[in-house]
Order: sequence, then structure tokens, then C-alpha cells
Amino acid sequence: MATIRIAAPDTASAGEVIELKALIQHPMETGYRSGPDGKRIERDIIEKFEVTYDGETVFEADLRPGIAANPIFTFYTRATTSGPIVFKWTDQDGESWSETHELTVE
Amino acid sequence: MKTLSRQTSFARRSFLQLGAAGLAATALPLRAAADAVDADAAIREIFGDKPLNEGRVTVKLPPIAENGNSVAITVAAESLMSPDDYVRRIAIISPRNPIAEVAVFKLSPHAGKAEVSTRIRMAGTQRIRAVAEMSDGTLWHGSASTVVTLAACLIG
Repeated sequence: MATIRIAAPDTASAGEVIELKALIQHPMETGYRSGPDGKRIERDIIEKFEVTYDGETVFEADLRPGIAANPIFTFYTRATTSGPIVFKWTDQDGESWSETHELTVE
Repeated sequence: MKTLSRQTSFARRSFLQLGAAGLAATALPLRAAADAVDADAAIREIFGDKPLNEGRVTVKLPPIAENGNSVAITVAAESLMSPDDYVRRIAIISPRNPIAEVAVFKLSPHAGKAEVSTRIRMAGTQRIRAVAEMSDGTLWHGSASTVVTLAACLIG
């Protein structure tokens, strides 16, 4: 299980633009490096990062090996209604991890 | 004395030439890296063959990065982010990494602010480019340079 860290406000006023920060522990192995035995280390990357807010997709990212290990993203969204913000990462083999953050809009 | 210094400088020059040849030889197998042409091709592949306008996109990078394995980058695009005038996509492009395309972000008018930060790998000193596609289909371009002291290694 990958470690996930989310930084997001718990409450916001309607219409406020809030900052969301999401990090997942992942090697983002490029496939260009060699291990101690001289053999190439297989590529292993997260290819997709998606964020939904109250069921609507608000942010998406297509990732390539140029993204550093333990990918972190900071982005913004406008608070509208109270609801779950779901962060979901999917790797090249289709394995996925997700985390939900509840936002209360006053 | 004068002849001696001339001799040493000559010896040094031939040594430098040797060194340069050696460097060129070792660099050859690494020519899997992208170049400026690949970067342009990557932009065309993502956004189609549309003209790039200079401006409206700012790329923030440190002037010097000691470790190319993780360099903080912020890309911001000027936009109202209203339902009929917003940033649809932002791409980060490297002219020197093995793969020119680093990431493509899809935004919605819901974002409120067209700004994304992440950490990227940099295989050497280069000018990182960012392209933003607006909701009207126009493309805007910005870039920033970073000197990388220790490149994200291709070898190990």
C-alpha cells in the first residue's frame, strides 16, 4: 500500500478557490536506469492522476517518466458544495490507489 | 622560459582535444535524449499543428538545481477561468530529457486558478517549456531555464 498525503482545507466558503496538494509514495521508475547487477530496471510509473469533487472531474494529469519519484501535485479548485474530493492514481498496469477528503462548504 | 610555456600550452591543448574526443565518444550512446526538434514534435502531437503564441504562460523553476532527480516547477496561465474562457490543458515539455513530454494536465473552469506545481526530473541544464491550450483553442507558450549540477542519471 502506497503512502498518500493530502493537504486540503476541511472547510471553505462557497466560491472560494482552495489549494489542493496530493502526494503518493511511488518510485516512478523511468526504465532508463541500471541496477547494481548492471541490468536495466523495468519501467514502473503512475500514468494517470484524477481528482473528482462531488462526482465531477476537476483535475487530471497524464504522467510520463519525467515526473520525479513520489509525485506531488499542487492545484486549485473552486469550493461550491459540501462533498467528497476523491484523489485517484493509476499505474501502467492498471493498479490504482485512492484517497477521499471531505470538504464542508459553509 | 617562453618556449617552455609554449610547450606546456601545446601539451595542454592536445590533452584537451583528447578529452573532448573522449567525451564525445562516451556521449554517443546517450543520444537517446530528446532535442529541440523532439520537443516541437511532442507539442504538435499533444495539441495538433497550431501556432504557438508567446506569453500568458509563466514557468517558475529554480535558477540552479543541485539534483536533477527532483526539481520543483510551477506553471501558471493567465485566464479568467470562467465557463467560457478557461485553460483546457497545460503541458510541460523538456527539450533534453529522454522523453520530451513530461506531463499534461487537464483543467476545468471549475479550477478557479490555472496554476499547477509538481516536481520533475531534468537530464541536464535546459530550458523547460510549457504550453497552455485555452478554451478557444489557442496555444500559449512560456519557458524557464535551470542549470542542473547533477543530472537525473540515465545510467544509475
